[in-house]
Amino acid sequence: MRVHVDPTKCQGHNRCYALAPELFDVDDYGNAFELNDGVVPAGLEDKARLALANCPEFAISIEE
Amino acid sequence: MTSVYGPATDWATDFDHADPEYNKNIHKIWDDLKTSGCPIAHTDRYGGAWLPLTYEMVHEISYDTTHFSSRSPVVGQLKPSEIPDAVPAPVGGVPPISSDPPFHAGARHLLLPIFAPKKIDPLNSVIREFCHKLIDDMGDKEFVDGAVEYAQNIPVMVVAHLLGFPLEDADQFRVWIRSALEDVGEAREQRETDQLALADYINKHIDQRIEKPGDDLISYLLNAEMEGEKLSREHVFGTVALALIAGIDTTWSALGSSLLHLANNSVDRRRLVENPSMIAQAIEEFLRAYAPVTMARLVTEDMDFHGVQMKKEDWVLLPFPAANRDEKEFPNAATVDIDREINRHTAFGLGIHRCIGSNLARLELNVAIEVFLERFPDFEQDTKEEVKWSLGQVRGPRKLPLRIVTRT
Repeated sequence: MRVHVDPTKCQGHNRCYALAPELFDVDDYGNAFELNDGVVPAGLEDKARLALANCPEFAISIEE
Repeated sequence: MTSVYGPATDWATDFDHADPEYNKNIHKIWDDLKTSGCPIAHTDRYGGAWLPLTYEMVHEISYDTTHFSSRSPVVGQLKPSEIPDAVPAPVGGVPPISSDPPFHAGARHLLLPIFAPKKIDPLNSVIREFCHKLIDDMGDKEFVDGAVEYAQNIPVMVVAHLLGFPLEDADQFRVWIRSALEDVGEAREQRETDQLALADYINKHIDQRIEKPGDDLISYLLNAEMEGEKLSREHVFGTVALALIAGIDTTWSALGSSLLHLANNSVDRRRLVENPSMIAQAIEEFLRAYAPVTMARLVTEDMDFHGVQMKKEDWVLLPFPAANRDEKEFPNAATVDIDREINRHTAFGLGIHRCIGSNLARLELNVAIEVFLERFPDFEQDTKEEVKWSLGQVRGPRKLPLRIVTRT
């Protein structure tokens, strides 16, 4: 599974960073980006889905 | 409080969001409008205004900066074009909230680093210490006002800290902010007096920082550059005013509403006392259910919007809390469920104007609620007194009578 944050949509709500800091980080402007090239370690798939479901801007996508 | 327009007569055709009945009965008013088939209410007050109630409409308006300008985010009796010295679009009086593209992006970009999570998180300890002190000051009293003695003080301390304002001035600027946000229906003269007093105060501090730079947001703005140029005095002033107005009433409103919920929902309260790690998720649900902020836009040209004819310069309220109650987007929207895991609520707005203070607000909420529950594991609403709601676009309890049952 891979996650991706669309930088053109991210507005820095930081829900993903709060819910899944193992998968997302934030830059100096508070915009989020995926860690580890977006590769989701085994066992964290539900967290990835939760982050996607909680982004008010629909900026997160998942490739299963 | 006497509105120049008189009391609202019909919420569908003559609504008034500044009428005391509105914030007091807001959920019922919205539910009644929707069930009677009115997804977008109208009024001739304020020169003409609309109130869209669905998530879909709020979403659409938020993203359409061409048809809906942010020129003036607080609805007033006069349109910006009727105010002689008003700073024109795309900058507006309080950049960047009042700014439209293309100016908006640069003005916002300047501020983002200050409010980024890693910059904000270290404020945890100073906020925590302050919360404890507020509670210490309550002594052994059985009856306390959760708004006046707790919630309202916290964001004031934080914003004063950010701007380098002396905390002793808090009572004073609290009055001016209230005037800016709540008294939109009052006779304009008093409001103008308050606005002038606030402007003087801000200008005095800007002048002080020019003389002697400090480590605060004002000094940062004076030093900052946009496209190689220092910011205009107007821009610096506007952003400072914005920090004051946007950072205070909004946060304590969310905090007060959350405490009111916990006072009236002992099951939720007990669960959070026993599992403080659940507080963060509960706060997101409180933000959804009790979102304090409604923004506003101005229509830029006559247009058809979902079957209604909007006129150029009509106000359009952006009630994020109403969008948060849309059943289509939030199953069981009327139920406050602290176990709700899927919650892409719009309390902090949507799109390019996402509340820049959201990380700070969340930090304040998390710490304030943690500390309150730690010190007062059992409390309830004191129903001998009434909760008094604020008026206008920021909804929160101005008076929150509580009875402390157990203190640690």
